[in-house]
Amino acid sequence: MGRIKKKFNSLKKKNRKALVVYLTAGDPNPAKTEEMILALDKAGVDILEIGVPFSDPTADGPIIQAAAQRALKQGATLEGILDMIARVRKTSDIPIVLFGYYNPVFTYGNKRFSVRAKEAGVDGVLVVDLPPEESGELRQFTDREGIDFISLIAPTTGDKRIKGIVKRASGFLYYISLTGVTGTAKPEVSHIRRDMERIREISSLPVAVGFGISTPEQAREIAPLADGIVVGSAFVKLIEENSGKSDLVETVSSFARDLKTALSQ
Amino acid sequence: MGTRTLPDKKGHFGTFGGRYASETLMPALIELEAAYLKARKDRTFKDEFHRFLTQYAGRETPLYYARRLTEKLGGAKIYLKREDLNHTGSHKINNTLGQALLARRMEKRRVIAETGAGQHGVATATVAALFGMECRVFMGEEDIRRQAPNVFRMKILGAEVVPVHSGTATLKDAMNEAMRQWVTRVRDTFYVIGSTAGPHPYPMMVRDFQSVIGTETKRQILKQEGRLPDFLIACVGGGSNAMGLFYPFRNDSAVAMIGVEAAGKGIATGLHAASISAGRVGVLHGNKTYLLQDNQGQVHDAYSIAAGLDYPGVGPEHGHFHETGRARYVNVTDEEAVRAFMDLSRLEGIIPAMESAHAVAYAAKLAPTLGKDKIIVINLSGRGDKDAAVIAENMEEN
Repeated sequence: MGRIKKKFNSLKKKNRKALVVYLTAGDPNPAKTEEMILALDKAGVDILEIGVPFSDPTADGPIIQAAAQRALKQGATLEGILDMIARVRKTSDIPIVLFGYYNPVFTYGNKRFSVRAKEAGVDGVLVVDLPPEESGELRQFTDREGIDFISLIAPTTGDKRIKGIVKRASGFLYYISLTGVTGTAKPEVSHIRRDMERIREISSLPVAVGFGISTPEQAREIAPLADGIVVGSAFVKLIEENSGKSDLVETVSSFARDLKTALSQ
Repeated sequence: MGTRTLPDKKGHFGTFGGRYASETLMPALIELEAAYLKARKDRTFKDEFHRFLTQYAGRETPLYYARRLTEKLGGAKIYLKREDLNHTGSHKINNTLGQALLARRMEKRRVIAETGAGQHGVATATVAALFGMECRVFMGEEDIRRQAPNVFRMKILGAEVVPVHSGTATLKDAMNEAMRQWVTRVRDTFYVIGSTAGPHPYPMMVRDFQSVIGTETKRQILKQEGRLPDFLIACVGGGSNAMGLFYPFRNDSAVAMIGVEAAGKGIATGLHAASISAGRVGVLHGNKTYLLQDNQGQVHDAYSIAAGLDYPGVGPEHGHFHETGRARYVNVTDEEAVRAFMDLSRLEGIIPAMESAHAVAYAAKLAPTLGKDKIIVINLSGRGDKDAAVIAENMEEN
């Protein structure tokens, strides 16, 4: 059983929800990212989404766009990120999902990427601009390697389409809680509830909810509707604001603990 | 390549194209495709489109024999397809009329667009005014500076021009921002893409709307010369004017097609926009095509003196034409384009858009190598009033 499935199973037994945290790899620099991953694991984060920076992140709002720009300036590359994950794997068992856009993966080579990602200890991939219609060209390799292919469901996704998506989904489903880009608005809880009901009728896979969740209060409110929540832009913003400070890692860990506490209540 | 119709059902042109879009947009793209395929077969829609093209845009545009240019170059006979004479000053209106009519059928009251040179922005603002729609145009800050007259035109027409600061603040970044805006307002907004780029069905739809250029050209040249031309030449940024001219000739194997990319300050300098000549295949803005990118798959910023060519990708069907050899892709520098801009202005009294001047510049290289019995058709995709400031700057520098 993969780390992602194992994690959701064990949380379910304890009647707990997953805290999924997104970081842009290489922001403020590759060494700090590595340090933060290990610290977030210790702080109780359940799953990490490691963002692979891309020059044209059309699904991201200004916070993550800027982080990607900074990371690229720091020399972040897919190869370097995979190497970092391989190092993290020596001491950490936290499930890791690579999150990004297709072009850097395609350029690296789909087969080469899948083999290397598996070796490094990547558990899942989420490629924002690779919908089911186009995902075959990558999945033929990630499936073979046993890497989960995390699928997105949006508020605009109709029931028939959800059925098609879940048929081939693995790991967990990522429900996008607002029609928009990352970190720009607060999602409507009533809309999440309605859509979660639609998804639950069709699929028994765990569902994580993300886009626009930035506070422990929101986490507490939304978590009961799903199996986990994803917090991204709020972490990236915190990192940006504290990047020059010596207690950056502790500040980020502390925020993760606050969210984790909110989820346990 | 025969008569097989492309793209396939999933929007692929051979190995190019497709629909690499985020899930939030997928249902909208599928809805758009269905609406377009239905409209394309609908007599009322076709009649309406044709009526606006003739009565509003001023079609058909002339196919003009450029005698003095031909004589100066001393070789093949040169014809200019005068898309510059369209309402709003370029071929862009063909496509925006089509998409606005579709938006109206789909009951979308709000349109958004990206623009580089501002020609597509003006053409979108124009049809939005015509059909009483709200309009927002995303434009890079650098382009706003270079193309000030078009910014004023859009504002006069009632559109909101949204400056884009990210990246190099040019067309690529404007398109990123337009896509973000579309994701946010996808339910009530129609995204009017200006080139044969973007996710399926855009490359197909824009091509179809622009095909009026080639269809007219074919009819006109047969009437004026009694035969098909030997060469079609058009500038290629995203590639909509070129595809509009080429597509109706795709099965006429005797007609050579040449797409002219912007070599900017020279391919070797890295400051150019020649995606096919100097790029590699990748995925950007919803489709797989040739891109200017580094070896990590990060997309480069394009450069050209012509803002409308300043795009690091190219329409996927051009990628397919290149791969199959149906069309040939060449490039000319800023300097060559400026020279052609001046030459055409002074020989024929026609000030071409800086984009179209790239096509003229390549024709100026090709024509003297050909016999006088050969015929070249250049797509003069737009007029150059908008470029007066850039040319003035350039004259001062030299």
